[in-house]
Amino acid sequence: MRITVTVNGQQRQADHVWAGESLLYLLRERLGLPGAKNACEQGECGSCTVYLDGEPVCACLVAAGQVQGRSVTTVEGLAAQRVQQAFLEAGAVQCGFCTPGLIIAVHDLLARTPRPGDAEVREALAGNLCRCTGYEKILDAVRLAASR
Amino acid sequence: MSTVDFLAPRTWEEALAAKAERRDALPIAGGTDVMVELNFDRRRPAALLDLTRIGELAEWGSDGSVLRIGAGVSYRRLIEELGGRLPGLAMAARTVGSAQIRNRGTVGGNLGSASPAGDAHPPLLAAAATVQVASVRGTRRVPVAEFFTGPKRSVLAPDELIEAILVPPAAGPQQFAKVGTRNAMVIAVCSFAISLDRERQAVGTGIGSAAPTPVRALAAEQLLAAARWDRPLPEPTVEKFGELVAAAASPIDDVRATAAYRRRALAVLARRTLRWAWEELR
Repeated sequence: MRITVTVNGQQRQADHVWAGESLLYLLRERLGLPGAKNACEQGECGSCTVYLDGEPVCACLVAAGQVQGRSVTTVEGLAAQRVQQAFLEAGAVQCGFCTPGLIIAVHDLLARTPRPGDAEVREALAGNLCRCTGYEKILDAVRLAASR
Repeated sequence: MSTVDFLAPRTWEEALAAKAERRDALPIAGGTDVMVELNFDRRRPAALLDLTRIGELAEWGSDGSVLRIGAGVSYRRLIEELGGRLPGLAMAARTVGSAQIRNRGTVGGNLGSASPAGDAHPPLLAAAATVQVASVRGTRRVPVAEFFTGPKRSVLAPDELIEAILVPPAAGPQQFAKVGTRNAMVIAVCSFAISLDRERQAVGTGIGSAAPTPVRALAAEQLLAAARWDRPLPEPTVEKFGELVAAAASPIDDVRATAAYRRRALAVLARRTLRWAWEELR
């Protein structure tokens, strides 16, 4: 099937899309946007987190056909650099695989809750796994971004 | 790769017509269950029936004395918009997956998957909710207690879709608790919901992940209904309640826990949630 979708503000089109494939596959393999990462493919790890119509979702759990005519924002399309800069400064990026998903999750958290408490941060990031940092530096990065 | 037809009805009538014509179509809403099966090649449906474009499925409202929750209302909206009126269901919804999952997952999908571990099922049982299902043949209402027929099986006919869930607003304290290895992103090892109706002195319960289907603990409900509601519960009654809840389960050993652990944990959850709920009564 042909999918027409707005990605990072631009209308994009992909042909011969298999209706059962995921939005994640569509983004990475057909639209050349490798920011969202593919790890668990079952919504457990959060590495593929993108905005779909303004809400963070796991791109691996959205069927490509479901995004027809909808709007997607990936980490490549985030204009604000505040969160990314805070991650770098706080040492919250090690291997970097989980980072794009976390950036979206933190971006959304700070948009809704500009001064989150630690419990709110942990709740908001509970769906994003990181196997390197032990999370402390990530929490530091969120506090840093929130303070600016 | 085999082709998959993608059906994207815009109205409920179109969806029912599509399901009648294509009984082999797998309904998909939030995709949090369906896409896992597709991603891992566990299922190759001939067609997907996308329900996310049907506006009315994502609405809720009052229907006489009950709340009518469209099958497509997300867990996130349930928590934000209905948490005050359905505290038990909202508590369970908060334990579903992560923020990303709660943005997409729906109670309708939870029922459709009919997993014994579905987080919404115990509070729906405790609240005596009803599932409204529909097909081109008509609409019928099935009590949640009669909806599940086995692990991942329900009374849903091949041409039927889940339209809405009808739940009475809380008439007293409601509680929910779940055992898992962490507080997020976890399938229940076991779970328990309790609902107290202050005026009628009636009790509802629901047990999750400890039997082939979600089940009520009827004897435990009767024990409490016969107690004095105007004073603290005697400790032996609390103990007995826990025992009766554990006895109502029929758990198995699996990768998440042993049957013995599940029974023991259920008794703990039952006593704990009962104490919380009883405290709220006063």
